[in-house]
Amino acid sequence: MALTKRIIPCIDVDLDDDGNPAVYTGVHFEDLQYTGDPVEMAKAYNESGADEFVFLDITASAEGRETMLDVVKQVADEVFIPLTVGGGIRTTEDIKETLRAGADKVSITTGALERPELINEGARAFGNQCIVISVDAKRRFDEGGEHYVEVDGESCWFECTKKGGREGTGIDVIEWAKEAESRGAGELFVNSIDKDGTKDGYDLPLTEAVCEAVDTPVIASSGCGGPEDMYDVFTEAGADAGLAASIFHFDEHSIAETKEYLDDHDVPVRY
Amino acid sequence: MSTLAADAEQSLASVVVVDYGLGNLRSVTRGLERAGADVEITDDPDAFADADGVVLPGVGAFREGVENADPIREDLLAVAERGQPLFGICLGMQMLLTASEEGTTDGESAVEGLDLIPGTNVRFDDGQKVPHMGWNELSVERDHPLVEGVDGEYAYFVHSYYAVPDDEASTVANTDYEREFPSIVANEAGNVFGTQFHPEKSGETGLQILRNFVELCADR
Repeated sequence: MALTKRIIPCIDVDLDDDGNPAVYTGVHFEDLQYTGDPVEMAKAYNESGADEFVFLDITASAEGRETMLDVVKQVADEVFIPLTVGGGIRTTEDIKETLRAGADKVSITTGALERPELINEGARAFGNQCIVISVDAKRRFDEGGEHYVEVDGESCWFECTKKGGREGTGIDVIEWAKEAESRGAGELFVNSIDKDGTKDGYDLPLTEAVCEAVDTPVIASSGCGGPEDMYDVFTEAGADAGLAASIFHFDEHSIAETKEYLDDHDVPVRY
Repeated sequence: MSTLAADAEQSLASVVVVDYGLGNLRSVTRGLERAGADVEITDDPDAFADADGVVLPGVGAFREGVENADPIREDLLAVAERGQPLFGICLGMQMLLTASEEGTTDGESAVEGLDLIPGTNVRFDDGQKVPHMGWNELSVERDHPLVEGVDGEYAYFVHSYYAVPDDEASTVANTDYEREFPSIVANEAGNVFGTQFHPEKSGETGLQILRNFVELCADR
């Protein structure tokens, strides 16, 4: 046996109308739907065999951040598997307080695009292993990119976006992935704006291009509709971990069922 | 000097988690408490001698770990000398060995580990994905109280260097990451041991190892 492919449920945490933490699930980073209590969901996922958790604070407010750290503490005290926390992290102080709350890794998106030195600072202070750089990639079929792959018969590059895909940056995802790695990122978390919430499969050309460009572990995200999509992203694109939200939250497919499918198809999983 | 709120669990043994300024001690403390230990987080050497067992945690670089732990070096050696259980986790395990490539290839002079389990920590080969990050299987090679009930189970690893003990008999369990490497090591007397993986992040298997450790401490 060898290193297993990781199955990671992702929980987007917002505040409900009463200011309590709540998990929401969206489509294309919009149309959020209430899904449950984050601590209860984490416990249930732990029992069903999740390999890790990702918590994303989608409140983008100081108040939300406080609540989020409290959720992280509660989860870290209950659940003994790795925990990645992201959302609004912009300074080494943000990284420090998130790790102190019990997170094992922090996921950084905009904060690193706006100030890439944050990756170096974080890696130096806390170790590469806890700095996860997250990209929200969007397919572009114009001349603005540096690395092109063929998608549906057309030449395509991937742009790093901000604000859930609403704002472009002109930065090529592949270039950024390499830079993030050289600055000390320990893991790359690859989201696809085009695939988010669609359940018609991960963005395989995107994931494959990132996996080929870096030696750092890659977590594929966005678009998982079931165990078959996990299989594809592991075997065709070379991802190290597959992240999913809605298929697990709404019990369409359990983690156990997903792992059983992968095991039957000779993908190494912990189970 | 703190313990996180222990719930109704009865304390079976007192354990010191050594705080030498590296890493997050919350999870390991909570895990030990879940396993039945009464935990004190401290860098006070007097507390080491009174405890049933000592945990040397650690995340980060070998040089930084060794340098940070330097003021309590003799006290840690005394723990081992007295026969108290001394459990190194991740970097804490690597520090039980003699040296590390990580401490010699950064252009500065070499730093020496505790040398309680003679050997060297070496880096995974170029071309391998590093760090070795994720869940991998434990293959138990010999008896040790720490590994009761965990053969063939999975544990969570995050590391770029691995231990190569001088004496093969120091290896308690191996793990395969393109090559076989020792994932659990122990000294000849059996009271000094370490895991390259994080038991506090390894779900039920990790808790089993922590329970084994607490029992070992309680049996002294």
